[in-house]
Amino acid sequence: MAVEAGAAARLADALRRFFDGDIWYSFTRSPVIIVSAVITALFVVSAVFAPLVAPHNPFDLASIDLLDSFIPPVWLADGDPRFLLGTDDQGRGILSTIIYGARISLGVGFASVLFAMVLGIALGLISGYFGGTVDAVIMRIADVQLTFPAILIALLIDGLARAVLPRDFHGEVWFYVLVLAIGLSFWVQYARTVRGSAMVERNKEYVQAARVIGIPPVLIMLRHVLPNVMGPVLVIATINLAIAVITEATLSFLGVGVPLTSPSLGTLIRVGNDFLFSGEWWITIFPGAALAILVLAVNLLGDWLRDALNPKLR
Amino acid sequence: MIAFVVRRLLQSILVMLAVGFIAFSLFTYVGDPINNMVGQDTTLEQRQELRERLGLDDPFVIQYGRFLIKAVQGDFGISYRHRRPVSDLIAERIPATLELSFVAALLALFIGVPMGVYTGLHRRGFLSQVFLTVSLVGISLPTFLIGILLILIFGVMSQDINLALGFSLLPQLPTFGRGETVQLGWWSTGFLTESGLLALILPSITLALFQMTLIMRLVRSEMLEVLRTDYIKFARARGLTNRAVNFGHALKNTLVPVITITGLQLGSIIAFALITEQVFQWPGMGLLFIQAINEVDIPVMASYLMMIGFFFVVINLIVDLLYYVVDPRLRADKAVAGGHQ
Amino acid sequence: MLLRQRTSLRRGLMAAVAGAALVVSGGLAEAKTFKWAFQGDVQTMDPHGLFETMTLGFQSNFYEGLVTRTPDLELVPALATSWENVKPDTWRFTLRQGVTFQNGNAFNADDVIFSVERIRSEGSDIKVVAGLIKDAVKVDDYTVDIVTPQPNPILPLQLEIFYIMDREWSEEHNTTEATNVKGDDQGNYANINANGTGPYMVKERQPDVKTVLVPNPNWWGRNESNITEAVFTPISQDATRVAALISGDVHMAYPVPVQDWKRLEDAAGVSPLTGPEARTIFLGFDQSRDELLYSNIKGKNPFKDQRVRQAFYQAIDIEAIRKKVMRGSATPSNLMVAPQINGFNAALNDRRPFDVAAARALMTEAGYPDGFEVTMDCPNDRYVNDERICQAVASMLAKIGVKVDLLAQTKSKYFGKVLAQNDYDTSFFLLGWTPSTFDSQNPISSLMSCREDGKGAFNLGGYCNKRVTELADLIQVEVDQEKRQALIDEAFRIHSEEVGHIPLHQQPLSWGVSDGATVAQRADNVFHLQYVTVK
Repeated sequence: MAVEAGAAARLADALRRFFDGDIWYSFTRSPVIIVSAVITALFVVSAVFAPLVAPHNPFDLASIDLLDSFIPPVWLADGDPRFLLGTDDQGRGILSTIIYGARISLGVGFASVLFAMVLGIALGLISGYFGGTVDAVIMRIADVQLTFPAILIALLIDGLARAVLPRDFHGEVWFYVLVLAIGLSFWVQYARTVRGSAMVERNKEYVQAARVIGIPPVLIMLRHVLPNVMGPVLVIATINLAIAVITEATLSFLGVGVPLTSPSLGTLIRVGNDFLFSGEWWITIFPGAALAILVLAVNLLGDWLRDALNPKLR
Repeated sequence: MIAFVVRRLLQSILVMLAVGFIAFSLFTYVGDPINNMVGQDTTLEQRQELRERLGLDDPFVIQYGRFLIKAVQGDFGISYRHRRPVSDLIAERIPATLELSFVAALLALFIGVPMGVYTGLHRRGFLSQVFLTVSLVGISLPTFLIGILLILIFGVMSQDINLALGFSLLPQLPTFGRGETVQLGWWSTGFLTESGLLALILPSITLALFQMTLIMRLVRSEMLEVLRTDYIKFARARGLTNRAVNFGHALKNTLVPVITITGLQLGSIIAFALITEQVFQWPGMGLLFIQAINEVDIPVMASYLMMIGFFFVVINLIVDLLYYVVDPRLRADKAVAGGHQ
Repeated sequence: MLLRQRTSLRRGLMAAVAGAALVVSGGLAEAKTFKWAFQGDVQTMDPHGLFETMTLGFQSNFYEGLVTRTPDLELVPALATSWENVKPDTWRFTLRQGVTFQNGNAFNADDVIFSVERIRSEGSDIKVVAGLIKDAVKVDDYTVDIVTPQPNPILPLQLEIFYIMDREWSEEHNTTEATNVKGDDQGNYANINANGTGPYMVKERQPDVKTVLVPNPNWWGRNESNITEAVFTPISQDATRVAALISGDVHMAYPVPVQDWKRLEDAAGVSPLTGPEARTIFLGFDQSRDELLYSNIKGKNPFKDQRVRQAFYQAIDIEAIRKKVMRGSATPSNLMVAPQINGFNAALNDRRPFDVAAARALMTEAGYPDGFEVTMDCPNDRYVNDERICQAVASMLAKIGVKVDLLAQTKSKYFGKVLAQNDYDTSFFLLGWTPSTFDSQNPISSLMSCREDGKGAFNLGGYCNKRVTELADLIQVEVDQEKRQALIDEAFRIHSEEVGHIPLHQQPLSWGVSDGATVAQRADNVFHLQYVTVK
């Protein structure tokens, strides 16, 4: 616990240096990046406070009326002022479904990245510190892991979850299934990054010293390794967030994951696809645009972070 | 050297066994294949009888063992859905997937590398920013949406658009399948007919976009790294032309990790081929696999995953061995660490 | 005789016209290729391999039964020219003479007897038909007696999909048993090769890619089609399939999403071809368990209470579903059968009124004023807009306080969960049914009878009324049409009064056809090439 607090303090310290340093400077100098950051922040805030922001709650079945379906955006003929961006095939307002959908997409994204990060850092440290057989086993597991693309893993885990879990849970596990499936395909990158750094650190004297004092050396290393790898880890995490959101959308295309009654952005796009030819373009184009803008903004941030955190490129 | 190779081979076999085990164990849960093999009026007793004949009631380990023993002999069993040997099905489907992936990879390399070099050399250039931002769209839209939008534009709307414009702006392109194929032995190729080549356009663009963006970004960051190294500085100091430095020294050094990582991207190419094939009804391995999942065709699913596992293990092994030959130190992991997507 | 003369005259005329065309086009015989797409592939070429509408319908282009149906579903002679009920349990079929299989072998009674044996073989999925036949006896080379286990007045209606194979060909290629999925008969010959008597022949087959058919020049009947080659491609994605049709890559595609009808009407060169399908879509409840598997009500089963079932019925705004989900293309129904089905009675087809207030009152009366929670099972790729119907039902039920947890899955997972072999693992579900015999006895027996003695196999909710079950047996053997109709009416009336299921509607047939082709549409979604003409 104390070690964690220490790590947090270090993190805070790093952040302070961050704002005083060149990175913040480079941030303020780039309008594209500022716009990206604002967009990302907007998405995150409106997702977190969706019940306050959204005009309707599209997940509340009793409040939606099938007869309201297929209303076009408000500026077109037949538009309805209640539904700014129109309604979908079930009579839900598109704007509200996008806000609630982003909440789910981002929730799955953040959770899976966090899961991958924790798992990857832990395994990377263990692998780097112990080396030998432990290292070989973990790295071969990583090989197996890489063999299965995220989409395959998700299909498999989804099947497993349905079979193994008690039947009452079927409706609720989709979130964990997605987080597990998407997260599992990311951990290898963190593990390999951390492992490299840990291999360098493990022979340093302070690690030997810690062992003599009786503190678990792995924990000591965590404090020294983390700051070293924070840059790359942050970059990987940002890009992973973008990939996670896209992967979730792709999975919903294959029919795995989020139930239709509480759709994510990807599910909205998939459902909207069915109405692309029939002229109700708003059902798919608005969620599609929202997804693209969100992912683009996150990707641009990641890109910029990668360059900004690379001291050689400054 | 020999010890290293033997150890890696043993590890690879273990990996394969693990892949097979995971794949197979998960498949036993994905659904009941019987429903897809019989019609609605088949009675319970008949269904149970079929289960027994297929050995679906045996313990899991026995089913897996049976699968492995046969797989080693090249017999992946009979597809429940097609009622034909899985090995035949895979042999039929491999050319479609490989041709599509090959064209997509070429597209990605031939567009991605020059764009990466350009953006690496002109870091702050306006065009570089445009390239970087536009290419990000390639990874900001889900593959399936890109595919469907391409179909909408080039398949459905092109006629209307051309009529409205009064001239042929957009060609009408095939939106599904491989077109006419020519049989060369057991290999069916779409490269030799006009319709086959036309049919490749939309799916290969869809599949290439993601890889292209990755390659471009990778080349760019590698270029940036390499350009800062001392020997590039020395090369400049020696008075070599920019051109010789950039392409003779920098790009050459960039390409080694790029090619390695592109090779290791096989998994994601296969994964995205899955989606692309589904959208364009491209009769390859991915389509076979997705249909197998929907129909709970266990032998096909298991064989497909075993095969991907095999490909990947082999490529990993080759990369490891190459690195071993080139540099006996711990470079294998470093190279891969840079290759995240 | 007169007919034959006229036919030959017409043939001569057509030949003359063709000859003229030949001269004009400079010696090139005009090739008419017809291309069409469906959402899935034919599963096997073996006519006894799979009991599935699409597969059997496709096979009927090259295999034939003793009887067949016209595009209007009228039963007409095929390989049999006439049939009569010589004894209560025996039907005598007189076979068509001069028919040959595509390999040149002659068709005769031996082939019929052989085919009866083959549908009884281990791998056969046509055992439903096999169960109708106790014995098949050769009277002479062109006469066969079929003995039924009990008197069966409707046997000929049930034989359309019993296709006849050539005995010699099957023996020669070691395929005397139906294709067996176990796999100890790798590459069963009949699975990928076909030798029927029908109007077309299989020229090329690449599973999941394409299947090419060409006309059978020696067919006994008169082929109305002018096509010289037909190419079938499965295209699973709706958007891709519709795009292929609009861009002219195929002449015909089905099913087309109902929301795309307008696009097809507006697009140049294509139009939708629609009609009422004989498939009825309905909802069902688990009424057999004492406690529902998926509900927050413990210790009792609310669906055992008829008032709850009726409340559900009256809470559903079928007009909104018809108008918004089905785009006006469905036919609301109160019966478990469609108008095309033998035994349908329009007088019984009026639905209970949609009335949310009445539904709420019924729920209160039943002791659930605040409703309850229940999980609904729904397929998402089996029926027209199935998942959307379930979503709409869920939001309608929310208005009477019922919280529906929707579990919509791909068909293999859905059926794997709710069918008998998984012990009817459902509380509330959506299902669709087309009686394969086009007779009401089939749904009364399979869907509405108590689950006993082989009946009620697809009565997923376990609705059970002894009288209805008894009626199923009586209808099976009743020969007098009027009495039989009265029995059918009684069964439907009881089932409707007790709200055994909630019938929703008959879904539409939804094909898209290019202006360059004309096709005939059958109410059971079967597509026959012999009625296709290409401009």
